[in-house]
Amino acid sequence: MDPIIRIKNISYTYPEGSRPALDGVSLDIMPGTFTAVLGSNGSGKSTLAKHLNAILLPSGGKVLVDGMDTIDEGNLLAIRRRVGMVFQNPDNQIVANVVEDDVAFAPENLGVEPAEIRRRVDAALQQVGMYEFRLHAPHLLSGGQKQRVAIAGVLAMDPEVLVLDEPTAMLDPQGRREVLRTVEDLCRRRGITVVLITHHMDEAARADRVLVMDAGRVALDGAPQEIFPQADALRALRLTVPDTTALLLRLRAAGMPVPAGALTPEDCAAAIWEALG
Amino acid sequence: MSLIEIRGLTHVYSQGTPFEKAAVRDLDLTLERGGTVGLIGHTGSGKSTLISHLNALLKPTAGTVLLDGEDIFASKASIRTARFRVGVVFQYPEYQLFEETVYADIAYGPKNLKLAAPEIDRRVREAAAFVGLDEGAFDRSPLELSGGQKRRAAIAGVLAMEPELLVLDEPTAGLDPAGREDLLEKLFAWREARDAAVLLVTHDMAIATRCDRLVVMAEGRIVLDGTPEAVFAHGDELASIGLELPEAANIARLLRDKGAALPSSLYTVDALAQAILALRGKGDAPC
Repeated sequence: MDPIIRIKNISYTYPEGSRPALDGVSLDIMPGTFTAVLGSNGSGKSTLAKHLNAILLPSGGKVLVDGMDTIDEGNLLAIRRRVGMVFQNPDNQIVANVVEDDVAFAPENLGVEPAEIRRRVDAALQQVGMYEFRLHAPHLLSGGQKQRVAIAGVLAMDPEVLVLDEPTAMLDPQGRREVLRTVEDLCRRRGITVVLITHHMDEAARADRVLVMDAGRVALDGAPQEIFPQADALRALRLTVPDTTALLLRLRAAGMPVPAGALTPEDCAAAIWEALG
Repeated sequence: MSLIEIRGLTHVYSQGTPFEKAAVRDLDLTLERGGTVGLIGHTGSGKSTLISHLNALLKPTAGTVLLDGEDIFASKASIRTARFRVGVVFQYPEYQLFEETVYADIAYGPKNLKLAAPEIDRRVREAAAFVGLDEGAFDRSPLELSGGQKRRAAIAGVLAMEPELLVLDEPTAGLDPAGREDLLEKLFAWREARDAAVLLVTHDMAIATRCDRLVVMAEGRIVLDGTPEAVFAHGDELASIGLELPEAANIARLLRDKGAALPSSLYTVDALAQAILALRGKGDAPC
């Protein structure tokens, strides 16, 4: 299988920037996978995300989406159809006065048939748990509800890749759970490729692969079970480890035979219970 | 006398329309000087509506808000006083920077207080130092700052008012773990130094574990109010209103369900690790 996104040694410096925001990043993203991107503020995570659907174009190197070079303007529409983005602040992403109109905005602009738009809008709103609010005014919704509408707006474009830049930063625990469940469901059941940028270690723990960015480069790349036990390396990169890992590392240091890679609370508790015998 | 005393507060949005919604219902709450109170609750539980009454941005539909025993809605003068004595940092305050320079932005509040120039200058420098904003940034446009610096500048603007109650709505959202920890430490240090009260509105249970007292809201009412230890012992109730336990408390609960003799008061990784190791010690002991 070919990667859906190929990134070949890209670099990028913002016009006002004194140092590159991306400095030689290469990676392939396989279709249907769930990748989490971690890194401190200013490490280049968001800059990387914006290269995935040609919002930013690399100063050096190449980004290929489904084989199409983002630098080629003729590919722009096709790339944006395949790769949808959801940003941190929903207020900047909502344009219409009625929820369902907002979700319909992108497919309308793509010239999708009205009946198909209706189907996509309803399905997208159901997937994010906002169907019952379809006739509400977005400005009267809470922040978490607005964010779910923004995600529905991207889903209505029927993308192959969903890139989310800290989509849960402002959501309450239930909103976070719903969004994460939606994102996981889109990946596991519908085969949508997910790239999730986050500061929440417990969200990254659910991914297939974790990338840790530092100073515009990929510092760590591997399965969450490999990455999170590296507590010292993560701390040096201004990150932390999930509480599950922190607990297991503490118990191991005290001589308890528990695996450091049991990342979910359920696995963690089971491992400890077994070790307690 | 309590710094803030809220009695029977009710706030109804869009009254008389199909969207009518009581966001806060007959709520009583007292806040004292000193200490950090965490206000937690599901989206739409009424937290933002509640805090908007503390500095008179919203007027109660019913009930009163007393600041040092005075009704803050009594007169225009009392409303103005409340705005000066209660500082509110809303979500993403970095979008609210508007002056030409960082210095002017931080000085905006103290200027409105009609303070003398040296006093304004002292406050600006002190507030910037508290949040860890370098004075080298003073002459720059707020737009040139990084996201983290903008957040600090915006918070400094409120600290420069030297409020007696500082309310922050999700102040650490979007910050990396090290930045989160750093900002929290600075806020705790500020509160200590000024003997002010801090009210932290948050969804982040890791932050909630650091507060002295937690107030939990659901559907416009306060449903739990106590120390983190007391509040986190109500795991089922928290789950039923869409909140979750801190991860350590959750793991402790899963272990208790399996039969481990762990107390319900554990909610930090440290305390849980110690309790588990103590259990192991018992298990190893000869019967």
